[in-house]
Amino acid sequence: MAANVTAPPFRVIPIIPAILPGAMEGLKPFVASDKIQEALGFPGELVEDWHDRAIAKMGELLTKYRSLKVYLDACVHCGACSDKCHYFLGTRDPKNMPVARQDLMRSVYRRYFTLPGKFFPKLVGARNLTREVLDEWYSYFHQCSECRRCSVFCPYGIDTAEITMAAREILDSVGYGQKYSNEIIGKVHKIGNNLGLPGPALEDTLAGLEEDVKEASGSDVRFPLDVKGAQVLLITPSADFFAEPHIDSLIGYAKVFHAAGISWTLSSMASEAGNFGLFIGNYEQMRKVALRIRQAALELGVKRIVVGECGHAWRVAYSFWNTLTGIGDGASDPFALQLQRQLDHRYRQPSHICELTWDLIERKAITLDPDANDHLVVTFHDSCNVARGSRMGEMPGGQFEIPRAIIRASANHYVEMQDATTREKTFCCGGGGGLLTDDLMDLRVKGALPRMEALKEVVDRDGVNFMATICAICKTQFSKVMPYYGYNMRMVGGVHQLVSNAIRLGD
Amino acid sequence: MPNIEVNGKSYETDEEGYLVNLADWNMDVANYIAQSENLNMTDQHWEVIEFLRKYYDEFQIAPAVRVLTKAIGKKLGPEKGNSQYLYELFPYGPGKQACKVAGLPKPTGCI
Repeated sequence: MAANVTAPPFRVIPIIPAILPGAMEGLKPFVASDKIQEALGFPGELVEDWHDRAIAKMGELLTKYRSLKVYLDACVHCGACSDKCHYFLGTRDPKNMPVARQDLMRSVYRRYFTLPGKFFPKLVGARNLTREVLDEWYSYFHQCSECRRCSVFCPYGIDTAEITMAAREILDSVGYGQKYSNEIIGKVHKIGNNLGLPGPALEDTLAGLEEDVKEASGSDVRFPLDVKGAQVLLITPSADFFAEPHIDSLIGYAKVFHAAGISWTLSSMASEAGNFGLFIGNYEQMRKVALRIRQAALELGVKRIVVGECGHAWRVAYSFWNTLTGIGDGASDPFALQLQRQLDHRYRQPSHICELTWDLIERKAITLDPDANDHLVVTFHDSCNVARGSRMGEMPGGQFEIPRAIIRASANHYVEMQDATTREKTFCCGGGGGLLTDDLMDLRVKGALPRMEALKEVVDRDGVNFMATICAICKTQFSKVMPYYGYNMRMVGGVHQLVSNAIRLGD
Repeated sequence: MPNIEVNGKSYETDEEGYLVNLADWNMDVANYIAQSENLNMTDQHWEVIEFLRKYYDEFQIAPAVRVLTKAIGKKLGPEKGNSQYLYELFPYGPGKQACKVAGLPKPTGCI
């Protein structure tokens, strides 16, 4: 744990925090170097004419994304969002109220794009885009995890995440990018995943896993890589190959495929589900990252694409892969059409690993022994991008019910956290949207407070000792910040980690 | 970029103190970084560092936590082949903190 970071004390729910103006002022994640920026086609450093270029970019985005213009116009400052952001609740900085965050851009929008703002700026809260304003953008648009909780409570449905994405897109376009996200996107283009894990290292890691699982279970569970003609291509976050507890879910997926007799493969070309192009609001980057998956699917000739436990990846896959890549309906270029013909449309394309596993459980194609998890009292943390940006299965709310159904089939002891903090109202873990970086640890710890408070209730009342989730960022964030709140880092893990413990391999 | 000064020689690091050039690494630099991380380097620490550097040399990336624990377990016995042992040696995470001392780039991504 970093020595200079401390967790705020727990409070009693419901919480109406007193504001602490300026609490997070000047917080600034590392700025991307020229090398990192230029690899993505962005200017290497803040350009001289940044003011004009930023306003021009904003004009372009306002035309391209009608939603952005609506969001900037529609707000009536009703205040419904003001106490809904985990970063506001954890830091008490009033600029972390969603409406205040939006206003950072809205004030500039009014000045340059509305008639009253052009002539009577003071009357309508319009302001010039100065260097101070630009720095304020950099700071506070990197204190938003694009989790969209506030938009659930907004009577107009204003999505602060889209405003944050637009701001980051403008900042990138003038050479003021964030190191963490942009370095990672560069690694995906160059090596194929966020980690920068080259093919031979992936192969070696997977071979080691086969040994481990054989030793632990006695079964020859395979972790195939680049196998042409496999039925399923699994696209999973690269953290699943590398980090704890993520790797336990990867073992869970492999056991599910093994027990159900489904042929599957991973791909060294598309060894990443995550798509940080979403976080920086850049369509071209998002598309370029997603196209690796299409290329791998075409080369391997798979019939089905399944996505592992990764929150924003599932949002991108579920909501955008169709038009980005032709996985699903909607794209019309020759490669997309080729992929459409190749994929087996009796299955949902793409499928979430939870959809696949739940279908097998329902059809009794795999058997689970929930007693295997009797040492655990489990709760479930809904991940924001799954909860508010996607769906699973046939039913509305399937993205909430299917993971819970899998947990209940895998473990005998399951309890819910307070319902104001779950399902579509779930709190972000505090590390989403490109903020999972050590230079923002103070913000991450504070942003986790609302979830930790809800967790504490069920720990104290029901003895919860395991919080399951289906997102690589949530897993890393919680294992890093939970010790600040007095909880063991191993208290968080994946849904398929529970499946892995419970599944009968039958050989 | 910031630099660190060891034995009168200057070495380039990134914002978080990771060496920029892999070839700059030597025992003195490692000791210096370890000290700035409040680590008291023992033979056990060096064993991990040595493994990390070997692995990086072969694969151009640090090993996954599990690969590391397994290798340590094979060498030092199963009671040490777990991530708890590694966290005792490198409290801020064997991946990141040990990489820093070993002069390897910081692993990135959702980890």
